[in-house]
Amino acid sequence: MKNFKGKVLFLNRSDINTDEIIPAKYLTEITKEALKPFTLEDLKLDTFNPKTDLSGKAAIITRANFGCGSSREHAPWALEVNGINAVIAENFARIFRQNMYNCGMLAIELPKDKIEYLFGKYSGKETEIDIDVNSGSFIITSGGASEKISFEIDGFSKALVEAEGWVGYADKKY
Amino acid sequence: MGKTLAEKIFDSHIADKPFEGTYVLKLDAVFCHEITTPIAINDLVSRGMDRVFDPSKIKAVIDHVTPAKDSKTAEQGKIMREWARRHNIKDFFDVGKNGVCHALFPEQGFVRPGYTIIMGDSHTCTHGAFGAFAAGVGTTDLEVGILKGVCSFKYPSTIKFVLKGKLQKGVYAKDAILYVISQIGVNGATDKVMEFTGEIVDEMSMESRMTLCNMAIEAGGTSGVCYPDMKTVEYLWPFIQKDFKSKEDALAEYSKWKSDSDAKFEKVIEYDLSKLEPMATFGNKPDQVKTVKEMEGTKVDQIYIGSCTNGRIEDLRIAADILKGNTISPNVRGIVSPATPKIFKQAMDEGILSVFHDAGFVVTNPTCGACLGMSNGVLAEGEVCASTTNRNFYGRMGKGGTVHLMSPASAAATAIAGYITNSKLFAGK
Ligand code: SF4
Repeated sequence: MKNFKGKVLFLNRSDINTDEIIPAKYLTEITKEALKPFTLEDLKLDTFNPKTDLSGKAAIITRANFGCGSSREHAPWALEVNGINAVIAENFARIFRQNMYNCGMLAIELPKDKIEYLFGKYSGKETEIDIDVNSGSFIITSGGASEKISFEIDGFSKALVEAEGWVGYADKKY
Repeated sequence: MGKTLAEKIFDSHIADKPFEGTYVLKLDAVFCHEITTPIAINDLVSRGMDRVFDPSKIKAVIDHVTPAKDSKTAEQGKIMREWARRHNIKDFFDVGKNGVCHALFPEQGFVRPGYTIIMGDSHTCTHGAFGAFAAGVGTTDLEVGILKGVCSFKYPSTIKFVLKGKLQKGVYAKDAILYVISQIGVNGATDKVMEFTGEIVDEMSMESRMTLCNMAIEAGGTSGVCYPDMKTVEYLWPFIQKDFKSKEDALAEYSKWKSDSDAKFEKVIEYDLSKLEPMATFGNKPDQVKTVKEMEGTKVDQIYIGSCTNGRIEDLRIAADILKGNTISPNVRGIVSPATPKIFKQAMDEGILSVFHDAGFVVTNPTCGACLGMSNGVLAEGEVCASTTNRNFYGRMGKGGTVHLMSPASAAATAIAGYITNSKLFAGK
């Protein structure tokens, strides 16, 4: 399984699309690593600077409809090469969510009020997260205090995370 | 209880149900282009699994940047070309024969009612216009599709849209779909199939239905679908005539691909579009839509007519009708990209390309090009484009550029005026 533990990046906006995560002009790259410096380059958000705010993060917490737009799997890859293997949001665009699980990454959906709560309590502060896929919960920590929050993950998604992706899973089964 | 169209397609294509609600479907076709496929190919090669499940069900095209613009895009094309040869993929479309995937593949007869289709491209939903379940996927799903001919989906629920009334003159499928998206929002159909029905859809050509279904993804829809009818049969007839005794027989067969009257929908939404006006987007999300009248006067630098949304012959005819005898404003540049070689040839034979040329447009070869800001019309910082494409995301057509989505008619009128304006001004002049 991939690493799901580390610092959290808060992106306070809905409908962040895959063009914002990685612009089309970089889709001519054929290695994932090459995407690293351009991740979230076109994201217009007052409180965010991709040059300084991405580094050292392991997870993103954001609002609704994250990853909408293009089908490019370059979006999860760009996150992955920056060390970000998990995104927590109110919901995801279908293709993006599937791409995340297909790569053995996590796209966790939480109800709106829980997302609201997480933003209210933790955004703007040094926050760490430790996600446990088996128990379907994560520990979120800031300023010495921590709490446990549970989430739902369907059997198939879980199997993909355990198999570290769909290619390995499908090759064995079909 | 009855089933929806999408449920019928799912139930007839089951390869596996590994978990409650997860369906692994057998695929009738896997479509490929040079942006998302080469990485899948390379990965298969590196895993020692360089195989394809059925070369006759794989259709491939180089369309996003073509002819290649630099060494990197040349390399992407090369990987596709060599792979197609190596695996005997006969339906591979290279320079001279290539065009925008979602215009080219239907035109080649690769889409049928009841089909399951995936492609590493979000606008694959376009093909639902034929009553197929067609969905965009990422590279990993594409890779498994190529290798095994299967893809996993959650069992879909469907939102049914009933588009009632009759569109006014100068109002098109593009205006209708922009309106629908503005009503439900960019997250309004996430994980859902969008089913388009009603008199307005019945009246539409297959081209217009493709425009409608093409933008389902802009509301988050997994696929857009229309029910097959005689227009579907007519469109497909050259490809299916050997399979059926008559068009009526074909229609009888294809008619099973529609939702039952007692099917369970997530929602049924009715719009009477009789009074709908030409629409255009503002801002950076496809649900930020106003009437062209409200946007009147917005200055633009570039006009782009093309793409999988509105680069078909019907679109070019509509735009040419408005451009005929006019020249575009000296303050703008106009670019038209017929979506496929067949459309290009038709437009040439009908004198449409001359109309564009004489009006001051440049006519490019069929390609996605400017639509995603990769070639053939990238915007500079601060520039504005009136475009018949499907995405107005920030930076979509070039870093720092703004895109206003609209119909080919509105785009043509805007080209003449130099600012956003209604096509009524010029129609029939
Ligand atoms: S024309 Fe634009 S939206 Fe359509 S497939 Fe090409 S890049 Fe994508």
